[in-house]
Amino acid sequence: MKQDKGNLISGACLVAFGIYVMSVASRLPYVSEVGPGSGFFPLWLGIGLVLLGAYLMIASFARSRNTGTNESQSWKTTGRALAGWLALMVAIALLGRIGFALSFVILTIFLIVALDRRSALLAAGVAIGLAVAFHLIFVIALDVPLPKTSWGF
Amino acid sequence: MDAFGNLLLGFSVALTPVNLFWCLVGVVLGTVVGVLPGLGPAATIAMLLPLTLKMDHTTAIIALAGIFYGARYGGSTTSILLNIPGESSSVVTCLDGYQLARQGRAGAALGISAVASFVAGTVGVLGLMLIAPPLARFALRFAPPEYFALMVLGLTMVVFLAGNSMVKALLAMLVGLWIATIGTDLFTAESRFTFGQVKLLGGVDFVAATVGIFAIGEVLVNFESRAGAELFKLSKGLRNLFPTLQDLKDCRFAFLNGSVIGFFVGALPGAGATVASFLSYGLEKAVSRHPEKFGTGVIEGVAAPEGANNADAGGALVPLLTLGIPGGNTTAILLGGLILWGYRPGPLLIQEHPQLFWGLVASMYIGNVLLLILNLPLVPLFAQILRLPYYILYPLIVGISIVGVYSVNNSLFDVWMMGLFGLLGYLMRKLDFPAAALILGMVLGDALERALRQSLMMSQGDITILVTRPISGILLLIVAVILCLPAVRKVRSWRGEAIEREG
Repeated sequence: MKQDKGNLISGACLVAFGIYVMSVASRLPYVSEVGPGSGFFPLWLGIGLVLLGAYLMIASFARSRNTGTNESQSWKTTGRALAGWLALMVAIALLGRIGFALSFVILTIFLIVALDRRSALLAAGVAIGLAVAFHLIFVIALDVPLPKTSWGF
Repeated sequence: MDAFGNLLLGFSVALTPVNLFWCLVGVVLGTVVGVLPGLGPAATIAMLLPLTLKMDHTTAIIALAGIFYGARYGGSTTSILLNIPGESSSVVTCLDGYQLARQGRAGAALGISAVASFVAGTVGVLGLMLIAPPLARFALRFAPPEYFALMVLGLTMVVFLAGNSMVKALLAMLVGLWIATIGTDLFTAESRFTFGQVKLLGGVDFVAATVGIFAIGEVLVNFESRAGAELFKLSKGLRNLFPTLQDLKDCRFAFLNGSVIGFFVGALPGAGATVASFLSYGLEKAVSRHPEKFGTGVIEGVAAPEGANNADAGGALVPLLTLGIPGGNTTAILLGGLILWGYRPGPLLIQEHPQLFWGLVASMYIGNVLLLILNLPLVPLFAQILRLPYYILYPLIVGISIVGVYSVNNSLFDVWMMGLFGLLGYLMRKLDFPAAALILGMVLGDALERALRQSLMMSQGDITILVTRPISGILLLIVAVILCLPAVRKVRSWRGEAIEREG
């Protein structure tokens, strides 16, 4: 039953999202000169999202009342995953500024040192080795134009 | 001349040393392109097209077609090993292929994928040889109502992807359908759900979304476990490096199912390998004696979609060569090549240029054998990737994902989207929403909306057009039967329980 609180929240989010889809779709024409308009399809999608999201909420609410559910244990480790995701997003933000190779090296070192608790030396070795391999395979052999700095990597 | 005589003519063309060499170059290049996410066969063929101008035209089409169907062989590798689907048609392979890899059966999954690709590729060529003209005429009877019914049939496969909750699968599918609406409306040129971003006017890039949801989502889930946790069981000895005889026996129907569905769906312009792979997976699960195990690492769950994916290549050449209608990006570029070389693809192509058509058909037989010979020995080698320690594997997956997504359009925006979809994929896993259902909606959404709106235009708003035409009516009847299946199963299990209680 640990999923029920998650289901309740996700159902609520999907209902809210469905209302947003419906509100945007209702501002688009439902019918155009040539037939169904650009708002036709999304409006029905929004209605479907609201109905099914509400069903998910009600079903999980009813179930959690019957079983007296506790907070899910599976969310305790989410912090590590979110830290990894934030590091990835920072690396993506750096791609355009410092190039693929450097941002990838920084990301890899962070993942290995902070999340895996390995030594910085090992992390640096893996990061540089992989960055060089990527450069050789994709940039040199396959001519994929990855973002790079003025130093050429 | 009969088909056998024509085929002999084809082999006499395809077996010349020059054509054999270029067939080999094409399939090897195709395999490499298929393995690398983002670098698709369409872009590769487009890049190489100018180089073929000075080649013999039959040799050129043999080489380019080799890239086309060779890429289908390679596409399964990253899906099985790293949960990175290089193309939309490889998404279904991730479901069971990656789970098999985690259980130490990556070699078996890769091997069965190669065998399924060979069987289905050969069936596809047989179909191309024997029933191309009548099938092409049948495909022409598909108007918007029929395409709508086909897309709805594709969407009903969500029933088989649902896992524990049908409601969650339907919600994921609706979100996927919504993502497909992002961008410029093709009918009215109005922008929808673009959040003021010019780069979203062309829609969400499919590779960015799938790589984010599958690969990045999976990596984020694995970040949760503490250092030292085992991600993959490693296979010991040779036994798990190749499919066993039992695996091959279990996949008999999957080979046939994938081959037939892949070829027929491939012959419909615009339907594509993705629809075929989802349909064959759904059918395989529907007829399986252990449907509940699908998604947990079932070998048939790899064989069926991989077969469909490859038979589709033969099917896709049917409308291209017999009607001059390309079914997708790659066949559109091949059509461009044929026109560039001075041919007029259409009903007369086979009669006017038999050496080109039959040479290509024969080369595809040879190419499929070459691909099997090339791919099977590579299976243990590829499977060794999983022996890498996880502190190398995770950055490797993230790096390949970034490079693969960036290389499609050279767009940093797509990489941002990949990151956002990665978070969505992670949350979907945590909340037990099936990611494949979202991808299914995303893949079919555009075609579904287009077909529905075109149908309603044809009938001036009369929705009965969708059920009164014979082909669409039959397809929608099949949809209704499939939708009733879960209810029938539930009633059966209730009855079984009731009988047990009474007994």
